[in-house]
Amino acid sequence: MRLDLLPRDDVSRLREWLTPVVAFGVALIIGGVIVWLMGRSPVRAFQVYVTEPLSQGWAVQEILLKATPLMLIGIGLAFCYRADRWNIGAEGQFVIGGLCGGGVAVLTHGSGAWWVLPLMLMAGIAGGMLWAAIPASLRNRLGVSEILTSLMLVYMAQLLLDYMVRGPWRDPKAFNFPQSVMFDPAATLPPLLAGGRVHWGLVFALVAALAAWIVLNRTLLGFGIRALGEAPRSARFGGFNERRITLVVFLMSGGLAGLAGVAEVAGQIGQLQPSISPGYGFTAIIVAFLGRLSAPGIVLASLVMAMILIGAENAQIALKLPLDLARVFQGVLLFCLLGGEALTRHRVVLGRG
Amino acid sequence: MAFWLLVTLTIITAATPLLLAALGEHVTERAGVLNLGVEGMMIVGAAAAFAVAILTGSSILAILAGLSAGMVLAALFALFAVGLAANQVAAGLALTIFGTGLANLIGAGFIGMKRETIPSLWIPGLTELPVLGKLLFGQDPFVYASLALAVGIAWWLRATRGGLVLTGIGENHASAHALGHDVRRLRVLAVLFGGACAGLGGAYLSLVYTPFWSPGMTAGRGWIALAIVVFAGGRVWRLLLGAYLFGAMNVLQLHAQAGGIGLPSQLLSAIPYLATILALVALALRDRRRQSAVGSLGQPFIPDR
Amino acid sequence: MKALMTAAFGVAMAVGVGGAAMAQEKLKIGFIYVGPVGDFGWSYQHDQGRQAIEKAFPGRVETTFVETVPENDSDRAIEQLARTGHKLIFTTSFGYMEPTLRVARRFPDVKFEHATGVKRAPNVATYSAKFHEGRYIIGQMAGKMTKSNTIGYVGAFPIPEVIAGINAFYLGAKSVNPNIKIKIVWVNSWFDPPKEADAAKVLMDQGVDIVTQHTDSPAPVQAASARNVLSFGQASDMSRFAPNHVMTSIIDDWNPYYIERTRAVLEGKWESKDTFDGLAKGKVVMGPYRNVPDDVKKLAETTEAAIKAGTLDPFKCPVIDQTGKTIECKGGDRLSDEQVFGMMFYVQGIEDKVPQ
Repeated sequence: MRLDLLPRDDVSRLREWLTPVVAFGVALIIGGVIVWLMGRSPVRAFQVYVTEPLSQGWAVQEILLKATPLMLIGIGLAFCYRADRWNIGAEGQFVIGGLCGGGVAVLTHGSGAWWVLPLMLMAGIAGGMLWAAIPASLRNRLGVSEILTSLMLVYMAQLLLDYMVRGPWRDPKAFNFPQSVMFDPAATLPPLLAGGRVHWGLVFALVAALAAWIVLNRTLLGFGIRALGEAPRSARFGGFNERRITLVVFLMSGGLAGLAGVAEVAGQIGQLQPSISPGYGFTAIIVAFLGRLSAPGIVLASLVMAMILIGAENAQIALKLPLDLARVFQGVLLFCLLGGEALTRHRVVLGRG
Repeated sequence: MAFWLLVTLTIITAATPLLLAALGEHVTERAGVLNLGVEGMMIVGAAAAFAVAILTGSSILAILAGLSAGMVLAALFALFAVGLAANQVAAGLALTIFGTGLANLIGAGFIGMKRETIPSLWIPGLTELPVLGKLLFGQDPFVYASLALAVGIAWWLRATRGGLVLTGIGENHASAHALGHDVRRLRVLAVLFGGACAGLGGAYLSLVYTPFWSPGMTAGRGWIALAIVVFAGGRVWRLLLGAYLFGAMNVLQLHAQAGGIGLPSQLLSAIPYLATILALVALALRDRRRQSAVGSLGQPFIPDR
Repeated sequence: MKALMTAAFGVAMAVGVGGAAMAQEKLKIGFIYVGPVGDFGWSYQHDQGRQAIEKAFPGRVETTFVETVPENDSDRAIEQLARTGHKLIFTTSFGYMEPTLRVARRFPDVKFEHATGVKRAPNVATYSAKFHEGRYIIGQMAGKMTKSNTIGYVGAFPIPEVIAGINAFYLGAKSVNPNIKIKIVWVNSWFDPPKEADAAKVLMDQGVDIVTQHTDSPAPVQAASARNVLSFGQASDMSRFAPNHVMTSIIDDWNPYYIERTRAVLEGKWESKDTFDGLAKGKVVMGPYRNVPDDVKKLAETTEAAIKAGTLDPFKCPVIDQTGKTIECKGGDRLSDEQVFGMMFYVQGIEDKVPQ
């Protein structure tokens, strides 16, 4: 028995957009089976994972809050992945961004000046860009795989944050525990609605999404990025500078991840701690694929992913379902999506032989 | 026992899981497939091996379980990356996330349980020799297996028809296909082999290294194994060197701490990762002009009828 | 309303009480753990406390726990417990401090207990235990049992609690063996068995013949046992992992405190305060002394009794730091609780530097 893949000549837009939805549905069914095998009611699990987070006001806020970094990072990754540059180090760029932005807050603690917050944001973006420039340059100059270099830099970024928080930037008044001072109000991202939890990071994310869509679809740079990813030889013949584009997409991705980092630190956490990310940089990779590397898709996908993650926490409390189930579900979802895409691009024929 | 001998023994223990996983991924990449899911396959191997060890009490069954678990996950990857020609990077990442979650689910029921480690080799007379005795004749079975595997793979790739065909597929899958080789079938086999090795490496962690299960116990070793494969640049002996080098880095940074070297522990912990990047750079500088990367690596192959 | 009912249903399912919920209002108690309950270490002991509460007040309480909650992303979990009717919530790790305070502000009628914390609020109490008292005892035992005069310490993070433990261990050892040396390795994690095992092996390679730890898994004692090296366990009784080599373990016993605080809430007498107890109040319990000769056992028991009686303190003044400076004595004849709680220096004689 063999599996033959016959490329489809025409792929309708409807089919393209239906694929992730169907993939999600299939993943839900598989998830339901796993839940059932673990001795819980799949229907109840669906409620806890999906409908409840969406029906409670405070839960919707939490979804938006959690989706913000995923959106920012995911959009940045879309630039890279469209150009066939595999930035796996967004987590590290996120951490460095938070570190740089938070560092500004620590160093200007007590000043209360109006320029602190903007400076923090710029520092965060710059930090993320710098961290992403390293794998980009290594690839451009020496042909070193960006997958591995960007990944190794994640570990190094985490260790650097750990060192700074335990050492030079440790709050002297916190009984020598590893954390920085709590940021001044002047160094905090204000909430969008008074008393709410959602902060301006969400606005940044949505603006970034819009800007990304425009750049990718309406500018020459965007065309070059897509060309590099889909038809590299033609892109080179067409005059696009491969190295420049590589650097640009990494800088954009790093900058956005860095922005997400400083937004998280200045909006959500309010200080620097040895660990500031529950794996956003890696979850965002899934979000990018789920959103099929398009800006509106990523916005939607980050909301869906945030919903799943929050639902998983509720399920831990309500149903004693372990958090790892959410990870399994994420993997299943990505597989279903990959399968769906393959089936969209090709017709699968099981033949003899 | 001499200090250097003790340190060497600890390094060997640290390097073995890396070596096993890297050997498997090496074969996979020789065939032109990039499987980033090594971490997922390793940890599932660790969980499955420990679970079976507790449930059956048999080390042999446990080792087989670890091996098989790795292979099952690899099969999943093969279905998508080879069968459906999906994006290999995405499929590999999906495998890592799926595998890590699955392993934690499997292992959850076994946290806190313990068992005896698999005994090391003991040949009366030989093992008791001073200096070389413990080093050469007193290792656990995994160490010997990893070295035998390394030799075997090196020979197979260079000297057998199968090995040469596999390498050819990796270099240029279109030509190989034109020559009549079943590219996809061989790739699937290579991927499965990679999964078995990764699962074995994981089993080592939970059966010998620390004979119990803990969530996330692979701690990024799968990614280091990937780095080692790139570092090796196609040569198995460099794979061995890389694995032992990285094992050494990890152990030596702990020694530096214990020895009272006043450098921050975070800096010492960062050394293996920094070393990986530097090694990759050094390799690239050396092979500037040569195309050392496998030609068709990472590209899905769809045979035309 | 629907959300509240669904959540209540969920919690009831979680506790497995099912249809047995009677008309009586049960006190719902929530627990946030930083690790898995099965770690046989820190979180395991807290969960033992939770179970003790259920046994002590049958039918009057309902407990829920959430495990492996990352410290920097814990607001939601804590808030979820508060929203679903839990009136007493234990957050069992230092890193939950700010999230606990934040949620506490939004739910003024819920009482919070933050382990090893430093900040309080009208509805947030803090509690910790004087583990260093136990470390002094095992230090003395180590000082007597070592043949190489080098003892090893596998540490998690260089925070005051761990540093104080190292100092107490060293001082205890030195009090019976003036030639003692100590070697320290940091694993940078509370629970990372392969790394903990590596750390223990490295210490032994460097000549250590007694291994102790301030990390949560039994990996160090197992690695020590494989090389026939004596060890001390941590957090729970680890003798089952190395029955011929574990001399004792320093066990965290939260049961009495948890029961006492639950009773306070039930009787309406709960107050925010800080509790920093040790051997005397039973917060710290020494595991059975084994694998040591009788005179060492006697020494340990005598020291234990003295600490309980208050006549002996690991940090009896004068305490001299590495630079030779005498630390100002703020607790009468011993270092004050606050000084111990924020200790970030090594005592004289330790040839290492505190990592930043």
